[in-house]
Amino acid sequence: MLAEGAPRSHMARLLGMLLLAPALLWLLGLIILPHAELAVLSLRARVAPRVYEPSFAQYLTFIEEPLYWRTFVRTAVMSLIATAITLLMAFPIAWTIAKIARGRAKALLFVLCLIPFWVSETVRTLGWMILLRESGVLPGILVWLGVTPAPVEMLYHDATILVGLVYTSMLFMVIPLIGALESLDDSLVEAAYDLGGNGWSILRHIIIPHAAPGMAAGCIVVFMLTLGNYLTPTLLGGKNSLWFTEQIYTQFITRFNWEQGAAFGFLLLALSTGLVWLGLKLSGQKFGEVMQRS
Amino acid sequence: MSAAKIDLEAVGVAKRYGEFAAVDDLSFTVQRGSFFSILGPSGCGKTTLLRMVAGFIQPDAGEIRIGGKPMNGVPPNQRPVNMVFQHLALFPMMNVGDNVGYGLARRGLPVDEIKRRVGEMLERVSLPGTQGKRVDQLSGGQKQRVAIARSLVLEPTLLLLDEPLGALDLKLREHMKIELKQLQAAFGTTFVYITHDQSEALVLSDHVAVMNHGRFEQLGTPQALYYEPHTPFVAGFVGANNRLVGKAVGVQGDIVQVTTATGLTLHARAAHGHAPIKAGDAVEAFVRPEVARLARTATEFIATGMPHFNGMVESLLFDGANSAVLLREKTSGVEFRIALPQTGQFADLRAGEDVVFGFDPQRAVCFAAPAQAHAG
Repeated sequence: MLAEGAPRSHMARLLGMLLLAPALLWLLGLIILPHAELAVLSLRARVAPRVYEPSFAQYLTFIEEPLYWRTFVRTAVMSLIATAITLLMAFPIAWTIAKIARGRAKALLFVLCLIPFWVSETVRTLGWMILLRESGVLPGILVWLGVTPAPVEMLYHDATILVGLVYTSMLFMVIPLIGALESLDDSLVEAAYDLGGNGWSILRHIIIPHAAPGMAAGCIVVFMLTLGNYLTPTLLGGKNSLWFTEQIYTQFITRFNWEQGAAFGFLLLALSTGLVWLGLKLSGQKFGEVMQRS
Repeated sequence: MSAAKIDLEAVGVAKRYGEFAAVDDLSFTVQRGSFFSILGPSGCGKTTLLRMVAGFIQPDAGEIRIGGKPMNGVPPNQRPVNMVFQHLALFPMMNVGDNVGYGLARRGLPVDEIKRRVGEMLERVSLPGTQGKRVDQLSGGQKQRVAIARSLVLEPTLLLLDEPLGALDLKLREHMKIELKQLQAAFGTTFVYITHDQSEALVLSDHVAVMNHGRFEQLGTPQALYYEPHTPFVAGFVGANNRLVGKAVGVQGDIVQVTTATGLTLHARAAHGHAPIKAGDAVEAFVRPEVARLARTATEFIATGMPHFNGMVESLLFDGANSAVLLREKTSGVEFRIALPQTGQFADLRAGEDVVFGFDPQRAVCFAAPAQAHAG
C-alpha cells in the first residue's frame, strides 16, 4: 500500500505545483520583482548623471515638502470618506437584493448594479462630466427650474470627486454584502424580533455582526481601489483634486524622477496596508476570514 | 374544568393566499399550563396558524386573544409570546449567556439583573455555568435547552414550538421528547407545539388538534384521538391503521356489516357523533394492527365467537417492539397489517405460512365515506 501510495502522492504534488505555476509566475513577475526594483530605486539618490548612491533623500523630501504629505493625508481621508459613503449606500441595496427581492426582481436589481461596469471607467467618468460641467445637463436643469440664476460649475469640487469614487466603487461593496446578507438565516431576524428586538437593535446585534466580514471585505476592496484610483479624481477634480496617485504619475512621467516616484509608491502601499490593518483591528475582524468573504 | 384560565383563544381565525385557504375559520381555546399540539401533514396550515399567534402574519378574519387580550395589530416584539424556531435560530454571533439575555436586554433591564436571571434560567434547564460558551460548542440537546431558556426567561404567557425536534436524529429526538415534557411540567408555561409527527404529539400533549386543509378535524386528548377518531382522516393519520373501503350491507345496533369490493365481509362499530349508517351506504372501516389477533388455528376464535379470516403471510416487518406482519386474506386478497404479540409466540413465523386472524368488531371503527372522496 505504502509503496504504491508514495509515487502517487509524489505525482500529485508535482501536478499541484504545475497547476500553481502560472499564479506563482504572475506573483513573482508582476508583483514581487517590480516591487523589489522599486524598493531599490526609492532608496537611492542621483548625485551626478548616471551616478547613484544609497540614500533616504526621497523619503526626506516627502516629509519636508508640505504639498506631498498634505496630498497624502488628503487622499487617505477622502478615500475613507468615500468608503464610508459607499458602505452606507450599498447596505440598503444589498439588503434589498439579498432579502427582499425574489426571483426575477432579484436578478434584475443585480444586473442594474452590474450594467454601469460594462462601460469603461473613462467613459463612465466622462458621463459624469457631461452631466455636471457648467454647460452640462444638471446645471441646465437647475437654471430651468429657477434654483440658480445662472449655470453653476459642478465639476472640480471635492464632492464631485466623492460622487465619482462612490459610483465607481459601488459594485465592489454590493457584491460581498449580498453574499454576507444572503447567508443570514431569516429566522435569526425573526427570533430577535420575537424576543423583543426592534429594527435598530436587530441591525446592531444580529445583522451587522453577521455581515461584518463581508462589510470589512467590501471596505478593504473599495478603500484600496479608491486610494489607488487615478482617473476619477483627475477628471472630476481637475487641478484641485490633489490625489496622491497624481503625484506619483508626475514624478514618473513628467519629471522623470523615478526615485521619487518609487518612494511615493511605497508610501502609498504602506498607507493602504496600515489603514487596512488598523481597520481590521478596530472592527475585530480577522484578515483570512474577511478574504474568504470577498 | 370551566374555571381554568384560558391562555390562547382563537375566534374565527382565517388566512387565505389567493384562492387557497391556509387557515379556514378556526376557533379554539388553550388552557393555562397545558401542552397543546397541532398535528397535521405538511401544507395543512399549522405553520401559518402558529405564525399568526406569534404575530408574524396577520389573520384576514377573526381574532386571536392571548391571556384574554386581543392581539390583532400587535407586533411580535410586543406580544407575551415567544417562539422556539424549527432550527432553533440561536444567535451564532453571541455566546450562550448573551443569547439567553437578549430579550431581557431589549427590555432595558440593568446588567446585573440580566446576569442573575440568565444564571438562574440556565440552572433550571440544567446548563449552569455555560454563559461563556459559544453556541457551536453545544450539543443538539443543549442547543434546544438554550433556545427554550432564551424564550422562557421572558416569562411569556405562551411558548410556541415550531417542530423543534424535526432536524434531530431519531435517538436524540426520543430523548428530547421526554426532556421537553419534563421542562413543560417544571415551568408550567402553556406550550403550543406544532408537528407532523403523531408520536411526538401523542407522547407530549395534554390536548392535540389534528389539522387538515386549514381546519381542525378533531381536538381532544391523545387517547380520544386514538380510540375515538371522529373522522376517517384522524383514523388514518393518528397511529397506524388498516383502511378498508366498502359498502354497508347490514346494521345491528352500532355494529355495521361491511363488504369490500373484493368480497371481504367484516364487522365494525359505527363511529360516534355521526348520522347513523344505513345499509347500502358507502363506508370506510379502520382496523388497527394492534387490535387484530393472530393465531395458527381457528380454535380460539371459534371458542370466543369472534369473527375470523384465513390469511397468508406476505412479509414480516421486524422492528423490535413494533414488529408486524403483512398478510393477505385468502379469498378477497385484501392486505392486512397486524402487530406481532411480544410473547415470542410467532417468532418462528415465515413468509408464505397460513394463519388465522380476527378482531373484536367493537374495536374497529366505521365511517360513512365522505362524499367528496368519491368526487375526487
